[in-house]
Amino acid sequence: MTQIDYTRAAKYFLLQDVWQGFKLGMKYFFAPKVTLNYPHEKGPLSPRFRGEHALRRYPNGEERCIACKLCEAVCPAQAITIDAEPREDGSRRTTRYDIDMTKCIYCGFCQEACPVDAIVEGPNFEFSTETREELFYDKDKLLSNGDRWEGEIARNLELDAPYR
Amino acid sequence: MADFFFNTNLGMLLLIIGQILLVVVPLLIALAFLMYADRKVWAAVQMRRGPNVVGAFGLLQSFADFGKYIVKEIIVPAGADKAVFFMAPMVTLVMSLIAWAVIPFNDGWVLSNINVAILYVFAVSSLEVYGVIMGGWASNSKYPFLGSLRSAAQMISYEVSIGLIIVGIIISSGSMNFSAIVEAQSGSYGLFNWFWLPHFPMLILFFISALAETNRPPFDLPEAESELVAGFQVEYSSTPFLLFMIGELVAVVLMCALITLMFFGGWLSPIPGLPDGIFWMIAKIGFVFFFFAMVKAITPRYRYDQLMRLGWKVFLPFSLIWVVFVAFAAKFGWFWGIYARWTVGG
Repeated sequence: MTQIDYTRAAKYFLLQDVWQGFKLGMKYFFAPKVTLNYPHEKGPLSPRFRGEHALRRYPNGEERCIACKLCEAVCPAQAITIDAEPREDGSRRTTRYDIDMTKCIYCGFCQEACPVDAIVEGPNFEFSTETREELFYDKDKLLSNGDRWEGEIARNLELDAPYR
Repeated sequence: MADFFFNTNLGMLLLIIGQILLVVVPLLIALAFLMYADRKVWAAVQMRRGPNVVGAFGLLQSFADFGKYIVKEIIVPAGADKAVFFMAPMVTLVMSLIAWAVIPFNDGWVLSNINVAILYVFAVSSLEVYGVIMGGWASNSKYPFLGSLRSAAQMISYEVSIGLIIVGIIISSGSMNFSAIVEAQSGSYGLFNWFWLPHFPMLILFFISALAETNRPPFDLPEAESELVAGFQVEYSSTPFLLFMIGELVAVVLMCALITLMFFGGWLSPIPGLPDGIFWMIAKIGFVFFFFAMVKAITPRYRYDQLMRLGWKVFLPFSLIWVVFVAFAAKFGWFWGIYARWTVGG
């Protein structure tokens, strides 16, 4: 004679699980929604966020990069290509600074390696393009990024400075 | 003018076509918004917003989806049986639409007031299985075929218990005509006269069977998104796929209408004193549909053997015993004659 678990049977036939689920479902039904209306609302970003690259300038307009090629050396994806020559005034500057954004893995090593805070990863993550070619960034593009995002980048570096 | 419509063949034909359009067009428009409501309920339970971009509050989302389905390319598998392949979605859609011919929306608001309406609906909804079988077979591919077999087995299993539940209602109301079934539920106690109270266990059983019959979650095994691709619909795209989707949703709303008519008193007012009318019918269909949507959001999917066990070893004996019980209760007037409403008349 097998024993019948009457409690379990009653729960099964009275659909206890379903009612419990329904109750829980209704609780969440009226709970505030967590969805962000993305293009209109955006989530918070950390100051350490590693987004689109930028080449910064000094306040007097002189570019920071001194073509030491540390970023090129450290880049694990080998996405950075740098050529350098002395400028007319004798200072060492890049003639070519390319980043292949399709190769880049956004590790932030270039930013860590840079002795003059020239190459940085800014807070911008919305730089999708329609063609692949547009993602091969050259020096002009990177410098214009730097001009465009200087405010945010400077603030982020300042916020993060105590932890470095 | 009236003479032309009622006394000539052409006039009658135009009149009938007009009536059909009067049922089908509002139904399909309502369907777009029910689809939206379904997604919104699903989203709300998961603390998402759901569609909210197209139109105010995303109300036009279904129409955007409709447009997208229409303009996509129709892909026909190389080995497919073309004629059957395209017939399958049409069969599904047409079968689920023609069942609405006998659904009354208000007292006398019915396309075809036939005596065996409930049997007609039962027969037509059984024929929907052919759409599924044809779709799976004509795709000439293993996965759609297996999916269609599973789907067909599921639909047939649950039709058995749906049939027996309907028998109980027929015994109680003494008629197979929906208008008469609704009339049998009228009385001076408002919603306590409806069949949901005496037939409460069967309401639950019918609801669950309806879920299985229309391949809704938690019985959406044929198209289980997280495990399979889309069951019998794997090879379908564009408009044929859209027809399958609409056919399924029409069948869902049909099941809501059936529950409304058989258990919730159709267009009868729940509170004595308030007027009866089509708005009650619509409100009740919406109410039942809300539960369809909620179940989708809160229940995990059944395993196939669990599905079959539930259908054949729980629902079938239960509904069979219930039919016997209702038959005796109706015959001998047990429980103040609530199971024999045709004798007490409300």
